[in-house]
Amino acid sequence: MTTTLPPVKRKRRQSMGIDRRPGFVLYGLLTAFILGNAYPLWWTFVVASGTNSTRGETFPLIPGGNFLSNMGKVLDAIPFWKALVNSLIVSGTITVSVVFFSTLAGYAFAKLRFKGRDGLMVFVIATMAVPTQLGIIPLFMLMKDFGWTGKLGAVIVPMLVTAFGVFFMRQYLVDVIPDELIEAARVDGANQFRTFLNVAVPAARPAMAILALFTFMMAWTDFLWPMIVLNAQNPTMQTALANLQSGYYIDYSIVLAGAVMATIPLLVLFVAAGRQLIAGIMQGAVKG
Amino acid sequence: MSTSSETEVAADATTRRRPQVPTRSGGFGNWLSQFDRKVTPYIYISPFFLLFGLIGLFPLAYTLYVSLFDWDLLKGKGDFVGFGNFREVLNSDLFLNSIGNTIWIFLMSSIPQVIVALILAAILDQNLRGKSFWRMGVLLPYVVAPVAVALIFSSVFNEADGLANNLLNLIGIGDQAWKHDRVESWFAIASMVNWRWTGYNALILLAAMQAVPRDMYESAAIDGAGWARRFTSITIPSIRPTVIFVIITSTIGGLQIFAEPRLFDVSNAGGIGGADRQFQTTVLFLWEMAFFRRDFGQAAAVAWLLFLLILLFGLVNFFLSRAIATSGSTSRAARRAAKKQKYLAKEAAK
Repeated sequence: MTTTLPPVKRKRRQSMGIDRRPGFVLYGLLTAFILGNAYPLWWTFVVASGTNSTRGETFPLIPGGNFLSNMGKVLDAIPFWKALVNSLIVSGTITVSVVFFSTLAGYAFAKLRFKGRDGLMVFVIATMAVPTQLGIIPLFMLMKDFGWTGKLGAVIVPMLVTAFGVFFMRQYLVDVIPDELIEAARVDGANQFRTFLNVAVPAARPAMAILALFTFMMAWTDFLWPMIVLNAQNPTMQTALANLQSGYYIDYSIVLAGAVMATIPLLVLFVAAGRQLIAGIMQGAVKG
Repeated sequence: MSTSSETEVAADATTRRRPQVPTRSGGFGNWLSQFDRKVTPYIYISPFFLLFGLIGLFPLAYTLYVSLFDWDLLKGKGDFVGFGNFREVLNSDLFLNSIGNTIWIFLMSSIPQVIVALILAAILDQNLRGKSFWRMGVLLPYVVAPVAVALIFSSVFNEADGLANNLLNLIGIGDQAWKHDRVESWFAIASMVNWRWTGYNALILLAAMQAVPRDMYESAAIDGAGWARRFTSITIPSIRPTVIFVIITSTIGGLQIFAEPRLFDVSNAGGIGGADRQFQTTVLFLWEMAFFRRDFGQAAAVAWLLFLLILLFGLVNFFLSRAIATSGSTSRAARRAAKKQKYLAKEAAK
């Protein structure tokens, strides 16, 4: 994204007052914002490692020593491990499916010629704005008829494809694969599927990674539909977490310990793939 | 070989595109490759369309069908009532209340969010050291799922001794009724949305700011324009499409807020959006109608009304972005053309 300028050029720019290294005021502002932004999360951990009365303190900064015991209480209250495994299964399956079908369709829209292509692409773009989660009533009726309520399939199936995924892959592939390369593969005698596997997929890999990341996040954080269709015995991470708060008396140190535990997997993902996440957000903006 | 005029046209198009390659065998092999070339694209796109039709479009259409009947969650389909459900919903105070709440929460979240995101993006657009570090710091709350956000802020805004009231007390302001007062509960829910999305939107705006040619700033600086003047006269106009993009996407998301109000005050209000439904959003109302009151007919009507509202915003989005695209696309197209030229030159050199 950012290219470092050769030193001579930068010196010239500096003299004009643009692109000069900013002073400590800006760094200070940014640091203050980020600390303020991070504090609710830190505060959550502090309360989660304290007792219910820690929440009443005015500006607690230092974690207590109760996190493990609070964690144990969370494990007693909700089927945490089951929810974790369920969420991994659900989000993983959805991610693989969305990325595969989006790459396939995105490649066809970007690089193959066929009748009705442009019209169908407009249709895909139009459906991106359609809030499919408003179809929950017939979906629920369907799942009930199939006897799928309470099962993971009911959460997975409605999210197997997204219009956004197709649009995203198409936008990426249209620029990144030169038509000549596809022609060359054809002249060499490769059939369409071989061309897809050997030309399109390697070129699409960076975009596939980004799409996978966002799809996983979306599936992992989804709440409305899993809450409707799953029960407390077979929950996803989000529905299990919501159940922690359902009693009349709420011990916030336990609720927040659950929030911390549920956030750890995404924090790990953030640390491991934060740069791709940022690149994806910024790319989506330029393309979208 | 070509059996219809359609295939002739297609065959013609293919020969135009590439030089004649001598075909090894005229018969079956050729037919097979023709078939491969013409049918494969449809095979590639059909899984998406089939699945999307089944899980996206069919449910929406069927929602309309359900909305025309008396339809109970347990008893199933009843009498045909035409637009009776729509009439009842539109005349119901609870529905109008939920629309009002949704729009107010949306306004209280999107306006401050866009302003703060703009400022953040402008700071991040400076020539900072350790760019990735700052960007990740700004994005951090995005990794917290809405359910966890709701739990965290629900205890931050606890009325008896939550963090928010404690901090206010510190500067001499008394306890606020975050969960009972209408406007204050909107504020609390809006702040959850703001917390999670401001950094995300700042990064989108940052990407747009980085696409502004630096020469423009330089010549403005030579002409004596200061930092603020450059921001208002160059940065803002250049990134206007992206600002609108951010506003519209946050609108579409904002109109469907669910987890935050659902979990904001569960112990006192049972999760339907407050004792007086003071922060019940429309999706929450839809859920209550369908699964608490078991009235699928009216719930389906609510879903369609909300769908139309979102569609309205989507159309506004479409027309705005098209109007803007005509003014902004030239530079992008030029860049793309330049890239292609460069690539072709490289290929030719090989």
